[in-house]
Amino acid sequence: MNSKRCAGCKYLRRRCPSNCILSPHFPPNDPQRFACVHKIYGASNVAKMLQQVPVQQRAEAANAMYYEAYCRIKDPVYGCVGTIALLQQQIFDAECQLAKIQAEIAVLNGHHEATHQNQQVNVATSSANFTLESGGEGTFSSTYDPSICQFY
Amino acid sequence: MGGHSPCASCKLLRRRCTKDCPFAPYFPADDPHKFAIVHKVFGASNISKMLQELPVHQRADAVSSLVYEANARVRDPVYGCVGAISYLQNQVSELQMQLAVAQAEIFCIQMQQDPMAMPTPQFDDDDEESFLLQHNLPQYLNFASSSSDVIQESFKKESPFGRDMVS
Repeated sequence: MNSKRCAGCKYLRRRCPSNCILSPHFPPNDPQRFACVHKIYGASNVAKMLQQVPVQQRAEAANAMYYEAYCRIKDPVYGCVGTIALLQQQIFDAECQLAKIQAEIAVLNGHHEATHQNQQVNVATSSANFTLESGGEGTFSSTYDPSICQFY
Repeated sequence: MGGHSPCASCKLLRRRCTKDCPFAPYFPADDPHKFAIVHKVFGASNISKMLQELPVHQRADAVSSLVYEANARVRDPVYGCVGAISYLQNQVSELQMQLAVAQAEIFCIQMQQDPMAMPTPQFDDDDEESFLLQHNLPQYLNFASSSSDVIQESFKKESPFGRDMVS
């Protein structure tokens, strides 16, 4: 028999046996932890739920129950479900914002490419103003105007 | 002959369903599973106590959230709802990173296109703060370090109350 009772047995004012299922997860130095889960689930439900999980996962299960009980005490209407809803909303908002920014990036990249291509065309056309002269009996000169794609 | 049919809770608990039954408005007889699951996780007397402590107009939402939590606990006896919270917290962090990268990219593009017009970007330190801390909500990551992937996908898509709750 434990000389020191766990927080659960202390709260329930009962003997704490050596194989107490609550003892590893509700130490006597943290009475608030047990009080929280007892208020929401009840000691017997906590013990039942811990019995249903493998021993190596009971610590995680006890932590999760404590967190949920704590959230429920903090928010008696929604508990941790309120947190889930808020997180889902934040994810939705962030995804919308990300899509918006990615669309802006696409537009800016497209605009930049178009501007870059126009600049290349202007450079090419400005150097294409040339004059043809052919020799022979007759001479003529012809100038190509790229803006109208014609010689004149 | 007056008499109404007993609500789901009184049926399960095998007791007389009075007209003042606190469970009757929220646990109709045609959905016995709803009460069965909250009774399994929380216990009828705890449910009754919790409902009594709330104003009447909030009890329906409270019951919905309790049913949701109970379902989560039955599906995942180790982590319950907390598995979903961990998963969603990770998603939020990832999205915040992606947003930061996209914002940096857009700034770079704008700098390349018009360096003189760009103001110095202000990176607010608060953006780095966890969402839950900003909203004064308890962070599960401080309570435990791992999460279950058993129900993560379903929580991603499943809204506790439909869109109305969060709109």
